[in-house]
Amino acid sequence: MHKARHSPARSIAAHAILIAWTVIALFPVFVIVINSFKSRKAIFGDPLALPLPENFDLVGYTTVLAQGDFFQYFLNSLIVTVASLFFVLLFGAMAAFALSEYRFRGNTLMGLYLALGIMIPIRLGTVAILQLMVASGLVNTRTALVLVYTAQGLPLAVFILSEFMRNVSHDLKNAGRIDGLSEYTIFFRLVLPLVRPAMATVAVFTMIPIWNDLWFPLILAPAEEVKTITLGSQVFIGQFVTNWNAVLAALSLAIVPVLVLYLIFSRQLIRGITAGAVK
Amino acid sequence: MGALTLSNVTKSFGKTDVIKGVSLEVSEGEFCVFVGPSGCGKSTLLRMIAGLEDVTSGDVILDGARINDLAPAKREIAMVFQTYALYPHLTVRDNMGLALKQAGVARAEIIAATDKAAAMLSLQPLMDRRPAELSGGQRQRVAIGRAIVRRPKLFLFDEPLSNLDAALRVATRIEIARLHRELNATTIYVTHDQVEAMTLADKIVVLRAGLVEQVGRPMDLYNDPDNTFVAGFIGSPQMNFLKSGLLGLSSETVGIRPEHLTLHPGGGQIRGRVNHVERLGGETLVYVTTVQHGMLTVRMFGEHNYDVDADIGVDFDAAHLFHFDAAGKRLR
Repeated sequence: MHKARHSPARSIAAHAILIAWTVIALFPVFVIVINSFKSRKAIFGDPLALPLPENFDLVGYTTVLAQGDFFQYFLNSLIVTVASLFFVLLFGAMAAFALSEYRFRGNTLMGLYLALGIMIPIRLGTVAILQLMVASGLVNTRTALVLVYTAQGLPLAVFILSEFMRNVSHDLKNAGRIDGLSEYTIFFRLVLPLVRPAMATVAVFTMIPIWNDLWFPLILAPAEEVKTITLGSQVFIGQFVTNWNAVLAALSLAIVPVLVLYLIFSRQLIRGITAGAVK
Repeated sequence: MGALTLSNVTKSFGKTDVIKGVSLEVSEGEFCVFVGPSGCGKSTLLRMIAGLEDVTSGDVILDGARINDLAPAKREIAMVFQTYALYPHLTVRDNMGLALKQAGVARAEIIAATDKAAAMLSLQPLMDRRPAELSGGQRQRVAIGRAIVRRPKLFLFDEPLSNLDAALRVATRIEIARLHRELNATTIYVTHDQVEAMTLADKIVVLRAGLVEQVGRPMDLYNDPDNTFVAGFIGSPQMNFLKSGLLGLSSETVGIRPEHLTLHPGGGQIRGRVNHVERLGGETLVYVTTVQHGMLTVRMFGEHNYDVDADIGVDFDAAHLFHFDAAGKRLR
C-alpha cells in the first residue's frame, strides 16, 4: 500500500521541484555569505565566485567586530526577539484558550477583533505609537520594542492557536477538571504540550519579522545602547560610500542566532506529541 | 452513599433547549443507562451531573445535597470518557493517582489505592508505562482504573466502549458488569447502543430530543414499551410496525417483534416477497417486502432457507401485538 504512492518518477519530480525551490530561496543568503569572506575588489570583480585563497579576506568581520558595540547590538536583538516571542506565545496561547474553551457573550466578536490585526499593518499606527512612547518615556528602550512587537505578533498567534486548541480533546480537559486540576494547570500541563507544534509554527512566523525589522528600531530605539543588529548594520551603508565587506559580514553574523532559534523550534515542529492522549 | 435525584432539570444553549425538563431517581448501587439516538441530550445530561455543564434550571441532588453549583472535583464523582482522556505526560500509576494527589492524600495511601485498582483490572505490569505505549483496550482499562481509585459516590461512563473493536467491546462490557457487582457503586452509563443498555442496566432511561420517553428495567421496556419510539429503539432487530386498519384493528399502528412473526410460503395474512435473508447460524433473519406495510423483519431460530424474490406469506401472533394511537402512544 505504501509502495503504490511512491512511484519513482513522481518522487523524482517532487524532489526536483523541492530542490529547485530550495536553491532559489537560499541563493541570496549564499551570495551574502560567500562575499563576506572576499576582498572588496573580488566582491565587485565576480560576485558569484567562491572565495579563493588569493582573494580570501576577513576584513569585513574584523571591521564589524572592531566596531565595538556589535556584541551589544546582537544582545539587543536577541533580548527584544526572545522577550517579544515569550509574550506573544504566552498571551496568544492564553487568549486562544479562552476563545476556544469558554462560552461567553461576544466570544466570536472578540475573536474577530483579535484577528483584525492580521489585516491591518501595525506600521499604520507608527505616529501614534511614537507619541505614546514619548508620553510614557519609553523612547530608546528595549521595552518599547518588546511592547510593539508583542502587539504585532499577537493577532496571528491567537488566530492559529485558537484553531489548534479547538482540536484538543474536550474529554482530556474535562478529565482534568474532574480530577481537580485548576484551569491554569489544565492550560499549562495538558493543553500547551499538545499544541507545541502549533506554538513552534507561531514562534517561527513571529520571530523572523521581529529579528529583521528596521522600522521600529529606527523610530523608537535608535540610541547606541539599544540598537538592534539590523539597525547597527546600517552604519556601514553611507550616502556616498558603502563598506560592503562590513555590511555582508554583519548580515552573515546576523543569520546565525535566528538560525539557531529556528532549529530549536523546527525540532518541535516535527515532533508530533499528541500520541496517547486520545485514540 | 450515592443516591442521585434529578428534579426537573433543564439546559439551554442560548435559545436552543437541549434538555427540556428531566426528573429521575437513581437509587444507591443502581446501574442506570441513558440511551437514545445521537443528539438526544444523553451526554449533555451526564455532563450536567458531572458539573462540566451548568444546569439552566432544576436541581441535581446527590445523597440529599444539592450539587448544582459545586465544582466537578468536589462532587465525589468519577468519569470514564469515550476517548479515554488519559494524561499523555503521566505514567499509568500517576494517571490513576492524580485525583488523590490533587486532594492531598498521602503518597503511601495513593500507592495502596492504585495497586488495589490495578489488581482488579490486571494492570500491574503496565503501571510504569505511558498512555502512548498502551493499546486501546488497555487505555480504557486504565481510564476505568482511574475512576475506581477515587472511590466516588457516583461513576459516570460516557460511551466508554465506542472506540473499541467488537471483540474488545464485549470483553470490556463483561468487565464493567463484574466491577459493578464487586464495587456495588451507583453508576450512570451513557450509550447509543441498545445492546449495551440491555446487557448492563438495572434501569434504562430512554431519551429523545431532551425528554425522557420511558424509564424501566430492560425487560420492562422490551415487553411493555410506552410508545412507538421506545418500542422501536429497544430490541434488535427493530420491532415491525403494521397499519392496524388494513388488519381490521381499531388502533392506528400495531407493533410486533420479529420473533413473533412466522413465515408461510403458501398462506399467511400478509403477502410479500423475500427481499433478503441473513443466516447468522443460531438464528435466521428474513426481510420481507410487503405492499401494505413496507419491509418486515422475521426472526427464526436455527438455520432456514428461503429464496430471495420468492412470494411468501407472513403471519403474526395476535397475543404479542402492541397497539399504538396516532401520536405513537401505547393503547393498553
